[in-house]
Amino acid sequence: MLTAFAILTDGLVYAAYLFLVAVGLTLIFGVMRILNVAHGSFYAFGAYGAAIAVGMYFDRGLPVAGGFLLMVIVAMAIGLVLGLVLERGLLRLVYGKDEIVVVLVTYAAFLILEDVIRLIWGPSSYALYQPLGAAGTVDVGALVLSGYDIGLVVLAAVLAIGASFALKHTRWGRLLTVVIFDRELAAAFGINVTLVYTITFVIGAMLGALGGAVMAPKIAVTLGIGVEVIVLAFAVVAIGGMGSVGGAFIGALLVGESRAAAVHLVPQVELFVIYAVMALVLVFRPQGLFTRAQPRKI
Amino acid sequence: MHHHGCPPTFVLVAGLSLSLSPFAAGGVHAEEPTTPVKIGFVTFLTGPAAAPFGIPDHNAAELLVDNLNAGKVPAPYNQIGLGGAKIDAKFVDEAGSAADVVTQFRNLVERDHVDVVVGYVSSGSCLAVTPVAEELKQLTLLDICGTTRIFEEKPRHYVFRVNPHATMDNVAAAKYVLDRIKDISVYSGINQNYAWGQDSWRDFRLAMKGLDPKATVDKELFPKFFAGEYGAEISTLLTSSAQFIHSSFYDGDLEAFIYQAGARGLPQRIPLVLTTGESSLWRLGSKLPDGAIIGARGPHTFFAHDGELNTWFHKAYVDRFNEQPIYPAYDLAQSLLGLKTAWEKAQAKKGGRPATEDVIAAFEGISFKTPSTTVQMALGNGHQGISDTAVGTYKFNRAENKPEIVDIVRYPAQCVNPPADVDSVPWLEGGMKGAKCD
Repeated sequence: MLTAFAILTDGLVYAAYLFLVAVGLTLIFGVMRILNVAHGSFYAFGAYGAAIAVGMYFDRGLPVAGGFLLMVIVAMAIGLVLGLVLERGLLRLVYGKDEIVVVLVTYAAFLILEDVIRLIWGPSSYALYQPLGAAGTVDVGALVLSGYDIGLVVLAAVLAIGASFALKHTRWGRLLTVVIFDRELAAAFGINVTLVYTITFVIGAMLGALGGAVMAPKIAVTLGIGVEVIVLAFAVVAIGGMGSVGGAFIGALLVGESRAAAVHLVPQVELFVIYAVMALVLVFRPQGLFTRAQPRKI
Repeated sequence: MHHHGCPPTFVLVAGLSLSLSPFAAGGVHAEEPTTPVKIGFVTFLTGPAAAPFGIPDHNAAELLVDNLNAGKVPAPYNQIGLGGAKIDAKFVDEAGSAADVVTQFRNLVERDHVDVVVGYVSSGSCLAVTPVAEELKQLTLLDICGTTRIFEEKPRHYVFRVNPHATMDNVAAAKYVLDRIKDISVYSGINQNYAWGQDSWRDFRLAMKGLDPKATVDKELFPKFFAGEYGAEISTLLTSSAQFIHSSFYDGDLEAFIYQAGARGLPQRIPLVLTTGESSLWRLGSKLPDGAIIGARGPHTFFAHDGELNTWFHKAYVDRFNEQPIYPAYDLAQSLLGLKTAWEKAQAKKGGRPATEDVIAAFEGISFKTPSTTVQMALGNGHQGISDTAVGTYKFNRAENKPEIVDIVRYPAQCVNPPADVDSVPWLEGGMKGAKCD
């Protein structure tokens, strides 16, 4: 019974992590049809920024709540700057070009940003352990749940609900949805598609950086974390369907619970279970679980 | 006026001569004895293994190369460089896939024409470059990697490893934990899912079986190398019935695991046995709970035998880098001093600058002093080193704000390493026959 509960909670925590990382990626793809490899860099920059800034904050013994707020602020700031620089400085030059070209450009940006990280922060790894301790624990029998993990799940849930609400019930969300369906039609109706692209990309970058910032206390922040996470994010987005926030949520849950079950019950398959789930879904639904109906164009 | 046409005949002949010259082969040179010896050092200069492994490794290489070239290393290593020839060091980053590592190795040999390659932290890297080193006939000293497979899969001629392999670490750890924790019936393990982690766990499990047959394994976890996030693994271990947890985790993985596990009370509930734990003690500090059982892959740092060489090395390292040397630094020192011993032995025998084959012949089976201990090239037909080792218990000195190891137990080389003619697994499975522990 305790093992089943542990699988459930571990799966939710891992799903929260995957969703936080993947939601920005799927948003960017849904609106802009860009598979942004540099999303891993947003995550990495967010993690480094949080590790440095929030680490310094906690070392000064300042109020705990402020540390968590700082984490979000740092992530938003990093995402804003990086998103604007990348979108206005690079991507707008390749809009309309072949998709492979755009992917290669984002890949080049990713490689450049990996070296920028090294130039700024060097080869050392950074540990942001203070938030883990500050968040406390909850005992459930022999199982000790981290308060930080619980917070992560809550954050992911709030984000999922918020994103879904925003897309369906706000003016800006509806504009985004129109652009997702048909950008040409959206432009014909007077929607500033370029502005939508910029804002979407920046939001996606902020979400990627937020994912990195909130994960920083749970990992060793070091060179290469962007590479690891982008592969996972792609898997989740592929399962859920490119461009679907709800799909990213369900995909993250599927992968999270599968992995947690594997770790507890059959650790030998833990490494590839994520990709096994992805392969299984794509065999039956090559377009992913939640894809929008594509209007037939005459 | 420019003339175009076939190059003059003498240019063709010179080109042909150069291409057939000994410079084309790996490491065999017809130079003067004092011509600099080119050594390619390969270690993690970036990535999660850089800070705890690659940088100390690189620092030790820099320190020793500079001091050897200046003749400032204490006797018996006080001759300049290698036999009077200064060392010309080239550093290469080990980060990347196995294919990248092999490409870099080939570049060192075929493009840079190094005399010796010294390096490799990851057992995956070592397994990848070893056959290539044999193919290219390149004298190669594997430095930190600990997989037993290098010399047990097949004999090697051009590859050496001064530092002992994982079997020593895990036999010593098993002996120590059985002395410290009474009536062990169940234990678990968490190790990185690649050669090093798998070999370490295998050796530990077999050693435990030989020493305490009634002890059983509850959970054996193998998260991905550089996974970084261990929530599910920690839950699994918390809900297991283990009386201790074995891990050969190192680098950022070890630190991330300790931070995450510590926040959820795992090390406080179930003692950890960390066979490479020494490498992260200065970074973890008080975050690692007291009572963890710590190894250093040999008698290094806290476990080093007193002596002039250790005193010199420790002081020189701290003075230059303003931080304590950890075991990867000692591993590099052992490798380089072993090479120097073999080189100068070969030179003394034949005179002049030794050829690769002469160095190999001199290296096989030698014994030499290092800052930590004495190494004997006793296994793998004289290509694999053994030494004594030590294990202890972690205690953070809060008054002085520094890590310490207490209750140190030393194990002789022949107690925790297999005999020369027996591979590790059969030796362990056979109950470690022939081990001399007195």
